[in-house]
Amino acid sequence: MNQKIIFSASLAILLFAGISTRAQGILEGGKVTGNFQLDAQAYQADSAIGAYEVEEKMRMNAFANILYSNGNFNAGMRFESYLNPLLGYDPRYKGSGVPYWFGSWKNEQFEITVGNFYEQFGSGLVLRSYEERNLGYDNAFRGAKVKFSPYNGVTLKGLIGTQRFFWEQGPGIVRGLDGEFALNDMFDKDNTCKTRVTLGGSFVSKYQDLEEIMANDTAMLTLPANVASWAARLNVNRGGFSIDGEFANKLNDPSSINNFIYKNGQSLLVQASYSQKGLGIIASAKRTDNMSYKSKRTETGNALDINYLPALPRQHAYSLSAMYPYATQPNGEMALAGQINYKIKKDSWVGGKYGTDIAVNYSRITSIKMEPAEGENTIGASGTLGYQSPFFAFGDELYFQDLNIEIQHKFTSSYKLLLSYMYLNYNIDVIEGHPGEPMVKAHIIIADMTYKFNQTNALKFELQNLITKQDDGDWLQFLFEYTIAPKWFFTFSDQYNYGNPDKDRQFHYMNVAAGYTQGSNRLSISYGKQREGIVCVGGVCRNVPASNGLTLTLTSSF
Amino acid sequence: MKRIVLFLSFALLVSAAIAQETENKGNKLPSVSVKNLDGQTINTAELSNNGKPMIVSFWALWCKPCINELTTIADVYDDWVAETGVKLIAVSIDDSRSSSKVGPTVNGKGWEYEVLLDANGDFKRAMNVNMIPHTFLINGNGEIVWQHTSFSEGSELQLIDMVRKLNAGEAIENH
Repeated sequence: MNQKIIFSASLAILLFAGISTRAQGILEGGKVTGNFQLDAQAYQADSAIGAYEVEEKMRMNAFANILYSNGNFNAGMRFESYLNPLLGYDPRYKGSGVPYWFGSWKNEQFEITVGNFYEQFGSGLVLRSYEERNLGYDNAFRGAKVKFSPYNGVTLKGLIGTQRFFWEQGPGIVRGLDGEFALNDMFDKDNTCKTRVTLGGSFVSKYQDLEEIMANDTAMLTLPANVASWAARLNVNRGGFSIDGEFANKLNDPSSINNFIYKNGQSLLVQASYSQKGLGIIASAKRTDNMSYKSKRTETGNALDINYLPALPRQHAYSLSAMYPYATQPNGEMALAGQINYKIKKDSWVGGKYGTDIAVNYSRITSIKMEPAEGENTIGASGTLGYQSPFFAFGDELYFQDLNIEIQHKFTSSYKLLLSYMYLNYNIDVIEGHPGEPMVKAHIIIADMTYKFNQTNALKFELQNLITKQDDGDWLQFLFEYTIAPKWFFTFSDQYNYGNPDKDRQFHYMNVAAGYTQGSNRLSISYGKQREGIVCVGGVCRNVPASNGLTLTLTSSF
Repeated sequence: MKRIVLFLSFALLVSAAIAQETENKGNKLPSVSVKNLDGQTINTAELSNNGKPMIVSFWALWCKPCINELTTIADVYDDWVAETGVKLIAVSIDDSRSSSKVGPTVNGKGWEYEVLLDANGDFKRAMNVNMIPHTFLINGNGEIVWQHTSFSEGSELQLIDMVRKLNAGEAIENH
């Protein structure tokens, strides 16, 4: 099956290449670009912080993308190598190969892609394939995709494929259709209307062969082989106002994640914003109910997701503010969030010569309300409809809450300061699955200052303090970073768990690092200890185990 | 299966290498669909600045050095534009988690850049961006003449120097 697809795809690529060659002479104008990244780590055991002995002493992740483009023809591939996967990456990545390659061709109306590809419908509530290389996440489709724009303002997409599962493909086949209609481009060619309206709709269906799964070890479940989902979305813009909304519905999809219940799933995401120069306001609300959608019924890990359920809280960038990151609870959550950005004008009394930036951000996430389904006494039993849930009701259990304020001010051309305060509630029981552990309540204070000695030399100093009585207690972090623009950086940092209730576990996690950049080539080396914890980049999080040793990272683009 | 793929890539590489020898022009921006803050779809191959240089900078709300870079440039952006006619296009790779916050944040900070949303990383992939910030300099003919990853205080001076060189018709060394 796989080989056939690859063979026909290769044929197609060659054919397309042939066409474009003939059209343009001897590959005239063909361009090759690419990039490369290598992460290598040499490990030292440190039983105190829980860094285990690594047999290989050293491990490495590497990948390289090579893209070829010639007029309307594009092709590309990615070589990946994990020998062996770095600690914190799924061990199933072990090995080397070319898991990603594609060919695509387009003209004014059509764009055809065969091979592996990424795609997102709307905000991703029913379909999104994407990659986060540095987190080891990749759910690319392998199959074919067609994009068709029959009329100005109309974009139709269709795709079919299986999904990447480390070095294999998942068992389910995903089919998807999406249409987007930019009404202004369709009907208002002279651009007279100040209000812009875009409508969209998606339909997605997955197929997986039937299998034998028992409910409560007694009855065999009757499973659906095909599971459909659909979504409708709306985007309205006028001047500084903007409203974005998407509603998604998924038909019964018993799976390991929802404990094999037959309830339909829903999600609603609404965001409204207003902004003008110097002021930005946004409010968001989201409901998620039974919306895990994977191309394998029994998959429970971070793989084979067909859809993407965006988490609303702010993604923090400092180590201690990012210590307790929220991850969407696909089985159910109610979320509210808001943010205000304001700039106090330049040359005012408070704003100073350069102005002052203020940002306030809040988010709160709770459970959904659940009641037993009709004719049932329990909630969520396998083989039943599971539960019923009033759409607009908030549940009683708090999952996450985050209030943060950030003030940034530049005092002179050589000195600037950022201050931030954050209050956090983190339901460690639900989010990390540690039953019985109390809610983490933490205050986090951050000061970040930068002083420029001259045009190229600068020193940055960060001081962070996390205060909590729960989990591992209080943390203090400092970081010095000296940069010589545009090529060099040197950092020294320490994270100190001074408030750990267990006095023997009040560790220091010290780290020194240096890096050199030349254009788009960058080499960095760091030595020190890495705390066990969750690292999040771009909305995906992964657990990183404690480690100790030397890390080398090389990136290059051409 | 692997053999076919490898052969194919090899063939592509060789042919492209030949092509590059005969045709030594700089790469142009690839054609990918992204959105602007009004929700309009934009083809990245059509980005232009009327024959003047253009800076394309990839960033995200969660990337501290990116915000640093764009804030630093914002302080001098008016002067840059007046002097060189340069335009900065800030491409946010925030996904649907925070892409709606990009517009209000950019406005709230008073940035005057042209901002594009690359919510599923299509433009990022086509430009071979690994880590952000990653900044490209494009000349008046739409050719990518220089790129740089990471930001440190003072890097912006190198960037505007490059723009001045471009305007003066001097060659740019790619580093």
